[in-house]
Amino acid sequence: MNTQEYAVGHVHRDDISSRMGMWLFLFTELMLFGGMFFLYSVYRFTNAEAFHIAAKELNTLIGCFNTAILLTSSLTMALSITALQKDKKKLSIFFQLLTIILAFGFLVNKYFEWATKFDHGIYPGSDTLLAMESGEILFFGLYYVMTGLHGLHVVIGAALIAVMTRLTAKGIINKDSFVKLESAGLYWHLVDIIWIFLFPLFYLIT
Amino acid sequence: MHKDETHQHMHGYGIYILVWLGLLTLTGVTVAVAGINLGALTIATALIIASVKSYLVLTIFMHLRIEQRVFRIFLVVALFFFIISIVLLFADYSFLIKS
Repeated sequence: MNTQEYAVGHVHRDDISSRMGMWLFLFTELMLFGGMFFLYSVYRFTNAEAFHIAAKELNTLIGCFNTAILLTSSLTMALSITALQKDKKKLSIFFQLLTIILAFGFLVNKYFEWATKFDHGIYPGSDTLLAMESGEILFFGLYYVMTGLHGLHVVIGAALIAVMTRLTAKGIINKDSFVKLESAGLYWHLVDIIWIFLFPLFYLIT
Repeated sequence: MHKDETHQHMHGYGIYILVWLGLLTLTGVTVAVAGINLGALTIATALIIASVKSYLVLTIFMHLRIEQRVFRIFLVVALFFFIISIVLLFADYSFLIKS
């Protein structure tokens, strides 16, 4: 009787393993960005002066602003899960949408930041950049690759959260089953952590 | 099934807001400290503050504090190997530069 019930009525679900899988993926992300941080540390070690000069080009204010935006988006993401756990579906959707809006705000800032640099003639392969010292070229190369890859993660994260918002609205993600939302949240917090390290290493070394 | 074991705890709104305020404060501290020239300690200070911020995000936002222990062990192992790679890289690199 018991086994029969188990076979018929039980939908296999293992939330802990789901989250564990997400964490394992996050560790591969750690190595993806980690490799770049290694590269950064070696180049900064060998070109300390050039890195300091090059970093003066970066706008600390925009960097601070984007840090605040990303930290706040992490907060709204975490709040959306708590809201769902308390069975407040609309509040949860509101927080998820807010997270997506903040992610969009981050990207808009990034656009203006990069656009200003492009205006100054600093973009990969430009004459102005190539005329600089090799250490400065390395700095901007790392800057574009690392913030660019991070920006790509913000885009993917926002898209993931948008899917979760739709699933929440449909009721597929609900008070009793929200591991998908949690995993998307884990990804989003990882993006936040990477920025926590990128910010001082690029914007605050002048 | 032991449904309760999957989510034995949860955080309230309050703790998240507290952590968020802490994170913003620490960002302010990093920016303020960056203006002061501490020499070799400058990078160390920035990295220590970033690590504290990450710790807050990992334990509270990413629920590691209320997760099962195996998740924390996972993270420690991953970070352990990450740190080994950094140490070996620099051991190798400082040797290359000297010679």
